[in-house]
Amino acid sequence: MLDYDTLRLIWWALLGVLLAGFGVTGGFDLGVGAMLRVLGRTDAERKVLVNVVAPTWDGNQVWLILGAGAVFAAMPLAYATAFSALYPAMLAALFALFFRPTGFEYRAKVNDARWRNFWDWALVAGGALPAIVFGVAFGLILGGIPYHFDADMRVVMDGGVLDAVTPFALFAGVVSLVMLCMHGAAFVNLKTVGELQVRALTWMRRLAVALIVLLALGGLWVAKGLDGYVLHGPLAANQAVTPLMQHVTREAGAWMHNFAAHPWMWAAPAAAMAGAALAAWLAWYPLAALFFSGVSVAGVIATAGFAAFPFLLPSSTRPDHSLTLWSAAASQHTLEWMTAAAVVFVPIILAYTSWVFRVLRGPVHESDVNKNEYGTY
Amino acid sequence: MTDMLVDVSRLQFAFTALIHFIFVPLTLGLSFLLVIMETVYVITGKEIYKQMTQFWGKLFGINFAMGVATGLTMEFQFGTNWAYYSHYVGDIFGAPLAIEGMMAFFLESTFVGLFFVGWKRLTKYQHLLVTFLVAIGSNFSALWILIANGWMQNPVGAHFNPETMRMEMESFTAMLFNPVAQAKFVHTVSAGYTVGSVFVLAISAWYLLRGRHVEFAKRSFAVAAGFGLAAISSAIVLGDESGYTVGDVQKAKLAAIEAEWETARPPASFTLFGIPNQEKMETEHAIRIPWLLGLIATRSVDEPVDGLKDIIARNEARIRRGMHAVAALAELRKHPHDETARAEFARYQADLGYGLLLKAYAPNIVDATPAQIHQAALHSVPHVAPLFFTFRIMVACGFALLLLFLAAGWGVWRNNFMDKRWLLWAAILALPLPWIAAELGWFVAEYGRQPWTISGILPTSLSASSLSAGQVTASLVAFVLFYAGLTAVEMYLMVKYARKGPDALRAH
Ligand code: HDD
Ligand code: HEM
Ligand code: HEM
Repeated sequence: MLDYDTLRLIWWALLGVLLAGFGVTGGFDLGVGAMLRVLGRTDAERKVLVNVVAPTWDGNQVWLILGAGAVFAAMPLAYATAFSALYPAMLAALFALFFRPTGFEYRAKVNDARWRNFWDWALVAGGALPAIVFGVAFGLILGGIPYHFDADMRVVMDGGVLDAVTPFALFAGVVSLVMLCMHGAAFVNLKTVGELQVRALTWMRRLAVALIVLLALGGLWVAKGLDGYVLHGPLAANQAVTPLMQHVTREAGAWMHNFAAHPWMWAAPAAAMAGAALAAWLAWYPLAALFFSGVSVAGVIATAGFAAFPFLLPSSTRPDHSLTLWSAAASQHTLEWMTAAAVVFVPIILAYTSWVFRVLRGPVHESDVNKNEYGTY
Repeated sequence: MTDMLVDVSRLQFAFTALIHFIFVPLTLGLSFLLVIMETVYVITGKEIYKQMTQFWGKLFGINFAMGVATGLTMEFQFGTNWAYYSHYVGDIFGAPLAIEGMMAFFLESTFVGLFFVGWKRLTKYQHLLVTFLVAIGSNFSALWILIANGWMQNPVGAHFNPETMRMEMESFTAMLFNPVAQAKFVHTVSAGYTVGSVFVLAISAWYLLRGRHVEFAKRSFAVAAGFGLAAISSAIVLGDESGYTVGDVQKAKLAAIEAEWETARPPASFTLFGIPNQEKMETEHAIRIPWLLGLIATRSVDEPVDGLKDIIARNEARIRRGMHAVAALAELRKHPHDETARAEFARYQADLGYGLLLKAYAPNIVDATPAQIHQAALHSVPHVAPLFFTFRIMVACGFALLLLFLAAGWGVWRNNFMDKRWLLWAAILALPLPWIAAELGWFVAEYGRQPWTISGILPTSLSASSLSAGQVTASLVAFVLFYAGLTAVEMYLMVKYARKGPDALRAH
């Protein structure tokens, strides 16, 4: 049996894997949605784009649903705190997400240009808004939000959420949008032909370059301009820890400590940058470009995770009460069962998901979708 | 934690859950009907069964999209609106939700796209497998969420940890094999199969009355009649087998459903109808059937059915002990190594939740007055009248549907259902009944759990997030507007494609 500390570490890593899974698969769906009116100039092109995404987006989104469920199970206090403290942002993302299942499914069901126009814009909102909100959430993780716990462990906000939305958080929202749009364009590059593909390719290159610039800026900002948090130990090994038992301080440049202590962590930002560069460079090899764009997305997520480790959600007003993977975790027994479930199911999921993508491989042609056969969206 | 905040949070949860459950049972039922139709197609090779699968599949897809859109809300809502709840029981409650994602949502959502686009790319057998996996996925989803919900009704296999201030899992298997969860699962999926069957039956009947798509409609009607008869029988017979006598809250719920104020000498009689009066604690104008309740509730003639007055008296004593638990817990949290505090807490721990009930009546639990304690005890059981009536409507719907399916099954057996206009009309008129029953069923289950979210452990009044009532009211209004709009669109498309019939197999 694994000890409690190892289990907590495993679940921190697994949450990262789930997030990356969503970023890499659901990410291109969000990107295609956000770029729908940019890439698809005509109604017919947009129909192709919708058919590129519609058969598989729902499975991809389950990475997000599972991500939420897994945080709930493995880090319940983080689920409770993050979701309620960011209430307006979470609900904005949620309402925008409503437009995806309905948009993909209903867009083609009425043959009317205004109807399709409406759902096109709904899909744009359903792609762009969540992409931005998830980025802002990452920005807030690095910046901290104002909350503390009372003696009963109830989360209490110290001021509104809007106080927490710093320029850095908004910047992170932009990074996220650019990144997922790049990834979406990379997917379209793979799944279409002709003019549409060339347009996607051009956009992917532009966005990759923009992403590299933004990431460099963001790196500088985190290193020089943003206070980090430091957890002062030692914590008793393999013991339950609550946020009321920790000592945490805010320090300038603290988010760079992990990289200094563990130089291998630089692999993550390197992958983020190199992935974007390689995607742009290999744009004419669509599968490779999509792969590297995915590497970039995973690299960005890992970079944020490594920088903040072991923090999940720092408190800006009561740093001691910050949530770390040690103090937010579920009990050992729960983590054991969850680990067993993940070991069994995640490989199975990966196996059948790749089978489905294999069955559906190949580009979507305009002539095909215009036949309006059964199963055309 | 204001009452207003808790009330709007409850209203929001109830509204969004009830909307989710408009779409869920149709997914559960239709997915298996699709499997049946497609299996017949694969075995017999008859093209008409493929058409049936594709046509009902189209309606399935329109419904499924809303199931996903409304399900997302449910997944978010525990964290956004019930943060203290999520902290307090997330260690147990989160696990089935996460496993549901791994085992169920991935399955159904990954394959549902292939159901639509896969007809040409897959062999017959592969496609049937895909359809089957969608159906299995949605049923797994029901299983895990009902294990979670069953645990809220009967929280087994967990203990309170004073150090972390939350419930922690003691036995995963106890949660898994919770008898309440098992009963809920069978009853709820049967309800879903009933909904799917009535849906197919009603639309087919409509075609038959119009004389349209007759061959298609006849076969659909027959499949739905057979499946529906099995489903409704299971919903009625098996569904409420157990789940009653386990746990404190089920006892109070049962007494409330039956407006059973006094503990009757066994065997208890069943109140068919009456007007429950909560103030006076009696049922006016009651019509009673001797013995029946005792038989239903205890399956015996000599066990008593607890009455509400006795339950309230018992709860009052537990609240008093709960005050000691609250005091001991505070002491223990101040001095974690104090052995007397630990022993004191261990002694009263079982009633901690009852102590917490006082929070809504006394700012400081340990200083509660006898009047406040009595007040809390009176409100420790649910309101009787809403439960009494909604339950009876559900049961009435159930028996009406049983009659319908018996008649439909008989008609299919005699192969003369096409000519019985009254039967076809009855099928159409019955369309709302299974939804009404299912929605009221959830009302009974959830409202009957009040004042608890986790029965005997966590009162509803403490479960909500620290938001302002204004915020939640605003989001509630947004939910109502969004869902009303989206549901209207969904209904419009349903009607549009149902009218088209099998001609609808093209994209639009
Ligand atoms: C008895 C069945 C049942 C019940 C009680 C619930 N659900 Fe549900 N849910 C389903 C049965 C279902 C389903 C049949 O699996 C759905 C409906 C249609 C669909 O698309 O899948 C679904 C969809 C669905 C989705 C979208 C999944 C996807 O993308 O495939 C989520 C996130 C949830 N649900 C979450 C919840 C939560 C958190 C609930 C508790 C409060 C809940 N559901 C109650
Ligand atoms: C999808 C079907 C469901 C429906 C229709 C439904 C219905 C309701 C209703 C009517 C209420 C309000 C009761 C009241 O307080 O007056 C409620 C509350 C609640 N239900 Fe459900 N419920 C459903 C599923 C679930 C499930 C599966 C869970 C847990 C897994 C759950 C958890 C809750 C919670 C946390 C509340 C709020 C607290 C409370 O008022 O008790 N519900 N639900
Ligand atoms: C004679 C028939 C029926 C009886 C005796 C019956 C009994 C019950 C009872 C006692 C509950 C509450 C269980 C609890 O609180 O945990 C319940 C819940 C429920 N009922 Fe029924 N019911 C009947 C018919 C139906 C029908 C026809 C449907 C729908 C088609 C239905 C759908 C539901 C649902 C969805 C729930 C909530 C989930 C659950 O708690 O199991 N019921 N039913």
